[in-house]
Amino acid sequence: MPIAEGVVFDLTFVWGFLIALAVLIYVVLDGFDLGLGMLFAVEPERRHRDVMMNSVAPVWDGNETWLVLGGGGLFAAFPLAYALILPALYAPIIAMLLALIFRGVAFEFRWRTERWRGVWDVAFIGGSAVAALSQGIALGGLLQGITIDKAARAYAGGWWDWLTPFSVTVGLAVMVGYMLLGATWLVMKTDGELQDRMRSRAWILGVATVAFIGVVSLWTPFLQEGYFVRWFAGTRILLAGLVGVAVLALAFLMFRALHVHRHDYWPFLLALAMFGLCFVGLGICMFPYIVPTEVTLWEAAAPYRAQLFMIIGAGILIPIILAYTAYAYWVFRGKVDPEAGYH
Amino acid sequence: MEHVLGFDALLLARIQFGFTVAFHFIFPAFTIGLASYLAVLNALWLKTGNERFLRLFRYWIKIFAITFAMGVVSGIVMSYQFGTNWSVFSDKAGPVIGPLMAYEVLTAFFLEAGFLGIMLFGRDRVGPGLHMFACLMVAVGTAISATWILSVNSWMQTPQGHIIGENGQFLPEDWWAIIFNPSFPYRLAHALTAAYLTTALVVGGVAGWHYLRGHGHNRGVRIMFSMAMWMVAVVAPLQIFIGDQHGLNTLEHQPAKVMAMEGHFESHPDGAPLILFGIPDQDAQEMRYSIEIPKASSLILKHDLNAPLAGLDTIPRENQPPVAVVFWSFRVMVALGFAMLGLGVWSLISRWRGILHTDTWLHRAALVMGPTGFIAVTAGWITTEVGRQPFTVYNILRTADSVAPLDAPAVATSLVAFILVYFAVFGSGVYFLLRLMAHPPHQGETGVEQEVGPMRAAGTVPGTADPRTGAK
Repeated sequence: MPIAEGVVFDLTFVWGFLIALAVLIYVVLDGFDLGLGMLFAVEPERRHRDVMMNSVAPVWDGNETWLVLGGGGLFAAFPLAYALILPALYAPIIAMLLALIFRGVAFEFRWRTERWRGVWDVAFIGGSAVAALSQGIALGGLLQGITIDKAARAYAGGWWDWLTPFSVTVGLAVMVGYMLLGATWLVMKTDGELQDRMRSRAWILGVATVAFIGVVSLWTPFLQEGYFVRWFAGTRILLAGLVGVAVLALAFLMFRALHVHRHDYWPFLLALAMFGLCFVGLGICMFPYIVPTEVTLWEAAAPYRAQLFMIIGAGILIPIILAYTAYAYWVFRGKVDPEAGYH
Repeated sequence: MEHVLGFDALLLARIQFGFTVAFHFIFPAFTIGLASYLAVLNALWLKTGNERFLRLFRYWIKIFAITFAMGVVSGIVMSYQFGTNWSVFSDKAGPVIGPLMAYEVLTAFFLEAGFLGIMLFGRDRVGPGLHMFACLMVAVGTAISATWILSVNSWMQTPQGHIIGENGQFLPEDWWAIIFNPSFPYRLAHALTAAYLTTALVVGGVAGWHYLRGHGHNRGVRIMFSMAMWMVAVVAPLQIFIGDQHGLNTLEHQPAKVMAMEGHFESHPDGAPLILFGIPDQDAQEMRYSIEIPKASSLILKHDLNAPLAGLDTIPRENQPPVAVVFWSFRVMVALGFAMLGLGVWSLISRWRGILHTDTWLHRAALVMGPTGFIAVTAGWITTEVGRQPFTVYNILRTADSVAPLDAPAVATSLVAFILVYFAVFGSGVYFLLRLMAHPPHQGETGVEQEVGPMRAAGTVPGTADPRTGAK
């Protein structure tokens, strides 16, 4: 039974929450990696690029693992949703996977060659940009709805359905948002000239991110009737307004943190909070659907026995994973030393 | 159904899965063994304080880092391809195999990724004890990962512990039975041993190369050759024994696969011959130009010269695997397995005669055998996977009924993209690996650093560190 009735411990709801959490963690963690990758394009100097890459070299692999948990978790806990969504978003997902290959190997390859370093730098920039764009397009493609044959439990649309002005807008929004995360991460992890430039970029990117959040938020309710009802009927309009006000408040705080107080780590934390808020908004928008507005979490859920088996492991392992992930970040805390470096 | 150049979406999806998984498999087949080797080298360095072990650790960790990165990025492709190309399979089998794969992520991928950064870059930051722990966690993580994914694969080969629900989904009934399905222990032992053997052959091949280049006096080369040859000598015969056991298990649970491996189109009521070579003609359902040893197959499979063995004539044509592919890939694997055994025995003889480091022909043989582990694991994987056809879940779900409702042009486009990107990216990666391997490990610490640029070097390869404090 839905938790909305407030009494029953509902494994399906818990799994929906956990997968959303895994995706959120992925988005913010790999978000700053990918954003940093895109910012490579405007930092042509070798020593700055080295510092930028070194700031994420020890953690990028762990960050990307959350994407595997998101996909794997969806497969395990909501196999029907996995089977409907992935064929629908075939092209952007394949593009994302290929882009992540270029991005991932660039971490190793660019240190291995003088002659071809430029090529792997381009692979790093292009891979990051295409991965971010594809992820946004995939999100947009899901939000705008996909054509399914519910009786056949199968995707029933064409293979270009995902491509619309809306999905491309969300794609651009995610690129800009990731760059904001990347810029604020670098404000935290670097100093001097590079940090100063990232400060100004972070502010521009912050304004652009807020603008994109506004556009996407205003556009989404008109995509499907269900969304309109959810956002503007009853008490949800209040909630929706609250989310909007909170985003603006965060933007204001970020401006102060960046330029008035010249904080190192607050801008990054505020950017994280901004992504968190967007996720809450997305949750309000989609719940209780996992394939909007066709299939609910409960319709797509794996049988109780499968969810139970996994929740035991997840309950024990996720806290341990968070602990050693936090430890790994702690080990590599502080500014990247441009002289020594640890890559 | 739509076609592209005569290929339908099903065949294209199969080619794509086979291509991407075969490429992916190569990297973990190497990193599983190499992670353990690195942990051993680091432990030896900490225990003895002998700089040579540290030098070897640094030498191989650069190779490990590149290979691991390629394994990660090609592995992510696999975790999404179940959904993009095999969505019907995912919907049906998801409740059973999804949780096993989720456990793989939770128990293995995070462990590897979480400690990899510390293993690669953290020696000076966390001290030798925790660094050793990180090395162990990465090594253990690779083995745990193999365990879960081989359980999934084994369940597809020998499914049990489930019921079929009204909506057509496989529903889990008994997790213990699902995870420890009949072929799992054999497959796990066979695959893990193959990974260790593959790594030993690469290490031995690299050492062989340096002997032939005149670096036989290099202590690092000698140590790695000796370690690698011990490993091959012990593990190759063990692997042949495990493989035989795995084959007997397959005979019990998937007889059609063994018939294809053996090339037995006909049933043999009193003793089946061992077909060494031949040209399988599946349309005619017969083996052409075969060279046979009478009754030997019954002896191997049943330990009895006259034991009856059923042939593919007992399996309906539409349920038979493609015989030629299975027959040949199996022979490639077995031939290489015995060649590895030969190398192991040879190394023992040379060692006994005291010429391990001067036996040029042994070094040549080790060099030639260097890449054969990869060929053997790929051939073995083709044998078992193609041998499962025409099913994804053996005898229950057909491959043709598993594929996503995709347009052929979409799959064709992505297949071409995968082929181009994989050859370009992983081709470059292999080039970098070979270039690292081409240098002997003795250049002294700064030499190894200078080759890879100042940023990377300064942290990964600290000056002369004291093993007990980690201080420079």
